[in-house]
Amino acid sequence: MKALHELRSMPSRSWLGVSFDVAKIRQDFPILEQRVHGKPLVYLDNAATTQKPQAVIDAIQRYYSQENSNIHRGVHFLSERATEVYEGARLKAQRFLNASSTRETIFVRGTTEGINLVAQSYGRTFLKDGDEIIITAMEHHSNIVPWQILCEQVGARLQVVPINHDGELLLDEYRRLLNERTKLVSVAHVSNALGTINPVKQIIEMAHSYNVPVLVDGAQAAPHMKVDVQELDCDFYVFSGHKLYGPTGIGVLYGKEALLEAMPPYQGGGDMISLVTFEKTHYNILPFKFEAGTPHIAGGIGLGVAIDYLSRVGLEAAGAYEQELLAHATRSLCAIDRLRVIGTAKQKASVLSFVLEGVHPHDIGTILDREGIAIRAGHHCAMPVMQRFGVPATARASFAFYNTKEDVDALVQAMDKVIEVFG
Amino acid sequence: MSDLSDLYQEVILDHNRSPRNFKKIEDANRTANGYNPLCGDHVTLYLKLEDGVICDIGFQGAGCAISKASASIMTASLIGKSVAEAEALFDRVHKMLTGGSSATADAQEMGKLAVLSGVANFPARVKCASLSWHTLRAALKGEQGVTSTE
Repeated sequence: MKALHELRSMPSRSWLGVSFDVAKIRQDFPILEQRVHGKPLVYLDNAATTQKPQAVIDAIQRYYSQENSNIHRGVHFLSERATEVYEGARLKAQRFLNASSTRETIFVRGTTEGINLVAQSYGRTFLKDGDEIIITAMEHHSNIVPWQILCEQVGARLQVVPINHDGELLLDEYRRLLNERTKLVSVAHVSNALGTINPVKQIIEMAHSYNVPVLVDGAQAAPHMKVDVQELDCDFYVFSGHKLYGPTGIGVLYGKEALLEAMPPYQGGGDMISLVTFEKTHYNILPFKFEAGTPHIAGGIGLGVAIDYLSRVGLEAAGAYEQELLAHATRSLCAIDRLRVIGTAKQKASVLSFVLEGVHPHDIGTILDREGIAIRAGHHCAMPVMQRFGVPATARASFAFYNTKEDVDALVQAMDKVIEVFG
Repeated sequence: MSDLSDLYQEVILDHNRSPRNFKKIEDANRTANGYNPLCGDHVTLYLKLEDGVICDIGFQGAGCAISKASASIMTASLIGKSVAEAEALFDRVHKMLTGGSSATADAQEMGKLAVLSGVANFPARVKCASLSWHTLRAALKGEQGVTSTE
């Protein structure tokens, strides 16, 4: 048998019928070259964070070595240059989401901060005692806790749409929960723990029939499928840069301009003001009203380059390739005795959660790690999902377009090792 | 490089398969709950103390092989020990798990507990092994609430 690294150097075009030059793509990600515990790295923890292409790494280095300066305020060359590149990144983010203008494209630290911004700015302004917020049973903690905090503050109630045993939303239950008290719906586009792709367009339509705005948590969706916020007609959409091959500490909140205009600032400070006196402060125009303080300039620039990279790879082709990987991995893992996949929705993206009878996911994680395979073991910040399926935790393999069929096969082979240790 | 077999020693796998003292003690006079928020592992420890001596001990809960085996081995080694001896044992195990003492030098006097020494080479798993021990300390001190590894 050939060693994995030899297989990887072979052209991987057209395996399983999908034309996608993964061998070439892997060359863009220097971290994938390394060995872990003496074995070639097999990185299958992409739902936690993705690796960065050389172009992103170079952009960050270039920024700090050639462009570093504060933005929006200097009259000097470097400040103008930094502002130009940073605002250029915003334009890329706007186009990436097909937002109608950059006024609707707010840089935040990540998905979590984006949701907190909407909860605190929109929520505290427009929700009151007795109002209801609808989320779903498959949300990440960061799409649960900000709403719980808001509920405590304004006296609103959280309503949760249940899911079936495949990990799909029960839309009839959702329909039943919607009523005139509903003031906001917040839902994951793709579940980080189950991989379910939710029918967000339908969810939004149903909410809009009650004039209820909808926030879509796109952390797990934006890296895998084309998102068009105008086509979805969502009111808010949030994603994180680091799950999209960009840096950590940067993300984007899209919001419809009319809503953002009506919302008060989230934080006060520099950049978000136009005029300050001790009597009154005038806030800056969108999107700056929501960007207090010096932002993560290098992060924004890096995210812009990641978006460029992604569009060169082609999100559609990458998504189709990832679907093939997921299907191959699902088939292969399901063939293992006593293994159960958690999350068997008809529409899934990139995530494969599983449990093996008699072996705790943490033990699976440690044994796979020794084989050079990085997966996530735990509750994936979705404890209610774990409770729903009656498991304390799951092992989760999650894929990116730089993963290969050989990566999946290495995972399956390493599961034999798990079974060998635990008998 | 530390080997997987240092972690998953036969004794550990055996305690994982058939944990000792995996029971609730109805007339326990000390109980404590331990929780590891990172992975969701939880353990409830029941102690029956008479004249400062642990005359019975049991645990229940859910966790990985390391946390379950550590709790099982702990309970097996504590029956008949005084509170002071149990606290001293906590200190030594804690040092062993966090690499603060030479596992080999300690191996003999640690007896059966020495099988846990392999954990020190797997930093991500130290909290799994120490959960039941932190819970023990809380029980000995009569602390209320949930002991967290964080």
